[in-house]
Amino acid sequence: MADKITAYTTQSCPHCIRLKEFLTEKGVEFENVDVSSDPAKADEMVKKSGQMGVPVVEIDGEITIGFDKDAISQKLGI
Amino acid sequence: MIYDLIVIGAGPAGITAGIYAARKKMNILVLSKDIGGQTAWSGDIENYTGYQFITGPELTKRLKDHIDAYKIKINEEEEILSLAKDREIILIKTDKAQYEAKAVIIASGKMPKELGIKGEEEFKGKGIAYCATCDGPLFANKQVAVIGGGNSALDAAIGLEKIASKIYIINIGEALTADAIMQEAVKKSDKITVLNKSRIVEVKGEKFVKAIEIERNNVKEEIAVEGVFVEIGLVPNSDFVEVVDKNSLNEIIINCACETSTPGIFAAGDVTNVPEKQIIVAAGEGAKAALSAFRYLINK
Repeated sequence: MADKITAYTTQSCPHCIRLKEFLTEKGVEFENVDVSSDPAKADEMVKKSGQMGVPVVEIDGEITIGFDKDAISQKLGI
Repeated sequence: MIYDLIVIGAGPAGITAGIYAARKKMNILVLSKDIGGQTAWSGDIENYTGYQFITGPELTKRLKDHIDAYKIKINEEEEILSLAKDREIILIKTDKAQYEAKAVIIASGKMPKELGIKGEEEFKGKGIAYCATCDGPLFANKQVAVIGGGNSALDAAIGLEKIASKIYIINIGEALTADAIMQEAVKKSDKITVLNKSRIVEVKGEKFVKAIEIERNNVKEEIAVEGVFVEIGLVPNSDFVEVVDKNSLNEIIINCACETSTPGIFAAGDVTNVPEKQIIVAAGEGAKAALSAFRYLINK
């Protein structure tokens, strides 16, 4: 299992909601960063991912753009 | 296994069809790329009877909870590649598997139409967004443009008003076509400027979007924006099916019982030629399609 998982999300985006539900369902502990209420974190997400769409998941420094269930599952080994 | 019924799509039409079919104890499968469909991407919903106000994601959760109560098999994240009929059996190929059913309801909805202009591919996700509710918050205190003049464009502009520093509505028509109540909200805002008879021709930038070029009265003009929200309407998700009749908009043609030109294949909601693309209309059409499919199966 990965050590550090960060989900960059906004409150209203459907893929963000499904991403958070998915991680919670699988019992994965993660830090949720709401980029709509934290402009500095929003910039950090844009810099790390090189794009401006949510959600973005960082798993031990590796970035996945969007709610790509298969890629996220693979990286988490679940 | 041959299912009695496969429902393609899990927006309001597909989910309602699934619920009605489950109550008839049909052996069903729902295939979906995106639970909720366009409803999940909607902002505030104030015209779905029974709810004076509900957000798109909240209504989606309620639709999902409702269908989940019937323990229906829903395969998510599957994209339909083709649908064919071989004698009495309908064959569906997805990017993950192949399925067979005696009847099918196509409720695959619509998806956002793209601009088809220079710079669109390059700057997708780098300033160009197709969901203002999702990506809007990333444009705090920035100048943005909303492309379109209908309800979804004004909904996006009104949503962005709380976030962006300036919003240009780039509307190709002579006047906005959105509901009067939304047009009033736009007029009241000193952050929103409406440019009618304006056509976007290019999105420019380096790593991210920096400007758009528009054409107004045959004059080209550049506007500095960091975000471009595309809200120019929708196209039906009907490319995977060739065995039913469609109209010039690529919508599946149905009769008042949701039957298509091919027996055993039904369709409901925004993917069809039914007038008025509304959540409540789609849900009602889903119910009709399921009951028609039920009648078709018992009469076989």
